[in-house]
Amino acid sequence: MKLPNKRGYFGEFGGQFVPETLMAALEELEREYKRLKKDKDFQKELAYYLKEYVGRPTPLYFAQRLSRKIGAKVYLKREDLCHTGAHKINNTLGQILLARRMGKRRIIAETGAGQHGVAVATAAAMFGLPCEVYMGEEDIRRQRLNVFRMRLLGTKVIPVSGGSKTLKDACNEAIRDWVTNVRSTYYLIGSVVGPHPYPMIVRDFQSIIGKETKRQILKAEKRLPDYLIACIGGGSNSIGLFHPFFKRREVKFIGVEAGGLGIKTGRYAATLCRGDLGILHGSKSYLLQNKDGQVKIAHSLAPGLDYPGVGPEHSYYKKIGRCKYFSITDKQALNAFEMLSQTEGIIPALESAHALSYLQRMDFKKDDIVIVCLSGRGDKDMEIVKQCKM
Amino acid sequence: MQKNRIEKKFVELKKKGKKVFVGFITAGDPNLKVTEQLILRLPAAGVDILELGVPFSDPLADGTTIQRASERALLQGVSLTKILHLLERIKNKVRIPLILFSYYNPIYKLGIKKFAKLASDAEIAGLIVPDLPLEESKEIKEETDKKGIELIFLIAPTSPEKRIKAICRKSRGFIYYVSRTGVTGVRKEMPRDIKENVSKIKNFSSKPVVVGFGISNSDQIKQIKNMNVDGVVVGSAIVNVIEKSLRNKALVTKVENFVRKLTGDC
Repeated sequence: MKLPNKRGYFGEFGGQFVPETLMAALEELEREYKRLKKDKDFQKELAYYLKEYVGRPTPLYFAQRLSRKIGAKVYLKREDLCHTGAHKINNTLGQILLARRMGKRRIIAETGAGQHGVAVATAAAMFGLPCEVYMGEEDIRRQRLNVFRMRLLGTKVIPVSGGSKTLKDACNEAIRDWVTNVRSTYYLIGSVVGPHPYPMIVRDFQSIIGKETKRQILKAEKRLPDYLIACIGGGSNSIGLFHPFFKRREVKFIGVEAGGLGIKTGRYAATLCRGDLGILHGSKSYLLQNKDGQVKIAHSLAPGLDYPGVGPEHSYYKKIGRCKYFSITDKQALNAFEMLSQTEGIIPALESAHALSYLQRMDFKKDDIVIVCLSGRGDKDMEIVKQCKM
Repeated sequence: MQKNRIEKKFVELKKKGKKVFVGFITAGDPNLKVTEQLILRLPAAGVDILELGVPFSDPLADGTTIQRASERALLQGVSLTKILHLLERIKNKVRIPLILFSYYNPIYKLGIKKFAKLASDAEIAGLIVPDLPLEESKEIKEETDKKGIELIFLIAPTSPEKRIKAICRKSRGFIYYVSRTGVTGVRKEMPRDIKENVSKIKNFSSKPVVVGFGISNSDQIKQIKNMNVDGVVVGSAIVNVIEKSLRNKALVTKVENFVRKLTGDC
């Protein structure tokens, strides 16, 4: 079975729930993407930039002291070492190359933590394309450093004051821009969300994470890992890691969502753990919503996880039981943030700290091979962590 | 319940040599009491069909005016169920066809079957779902067809011929031509390609075609009157009047006066 199917569905999840104005653009995007996927020149160009510009392959690092502490063999996939400091650039580079081939001259994007925004701004700067990024006012406040970085890279950051002033509202505003300027503009979505074909395109570009990991672990351990662990906001670093292992059932997937202030408080972003089926930003997937179908405001200390929706492929993984999903609170994530910093000398992004925190909760066997996706580095989170410590 | 009420409205006005004026308000803006008064009083001001927007937390096809209206309604706790209950209660007093304009999620969450039943009990004539293209509409269309609720589809300036043909076939009641790429909201200028695109639609279908998005004043309505179009939708301009009169006791009268001026030219 091919996933997604022709209509953009992963089982019952996905699809294209967008205004008619965008349908022709989605058709065009799918057609062009499918053509370029088979185009050797395009693939060569992408591979070149991933190696020379992003710095791939990223190391699969055996974390010795952490392993001793946890009681298993723990490896870290070092996406934090990518240019710009997170896995986001794998996708933005791929999509920018796609946009160029499609002759689109203007790039727009949404951003939450600002990591995707920075990655888009970076790729746009490298190719000299004008770029505008929508960002919620609340996120602008929380992630000032990334706003500064985007502006420095020549991108226009447009504050979004509607709704919860976070990622979900930035998405709404980016889609409104796209509906208006659809003929000239490429909408560069940052996660495995949105209408088909985006969840597929972003997954394919992020799958480099899992493909490298597979090669690297086979070389290091001569066998596949027992567990893959990654954090989930929209779900792009996790799908990127998981997807190439999908058929290898012996490899267990663990997705870690943001439990925020605790599930009991109602302030969290654990969409797969606590949501139910709904439609947001163009696809059918699990969703945090109230009984009237109004979308709830998510909460997480990690801005990149602060999203009430989730990629449709994750909903499918949940439904078929391929991946188990758990939630980690802000406090637990902060604890893991410090733990990794002091055990391995690596400061993780708060998002990645959620995945790391799961290590502390789980009982592993001594010989278990566990791979955690270190999706980004923590420099951007210094202000948040400093405030929590005070 | 009467069938084909929307179609009859178009036939009736065509005989009089007039265009159908479709008004839009957000249900529950600023509260359901005002909405009830507007539903009952706007027909006398010349509104032929009334679209009622269902407030949604993430209205991505709407501009700022209707976004704010949606927020005002949500602050009052207005929901799709409450709106349907109101319409059920006043159905015997309503003199014109009512169309619900709702994003898909509130309907999906309520349950498509349950929605179709409640909407049919409330004698809703039509339904527009702005984020539901033809490809995703099978499930809901089965239910609305059964209940005689006309599912109206939109055609955009970007729709290729193949899609236009398919939408023309499936759309019930009328075909909603979106006058421009973009979101709802008042605009000064009129896109030049309306006439040409509507003619294209007319080649494929004899169903009425209504033009909406960005139409707000008499001049624009007069321009459209000269085109081969059967009706016009005015939304944000009316919602603007509501917004400006929020603290005014004569809110309903203000809206009536504004609408009467426009419908006179229609």
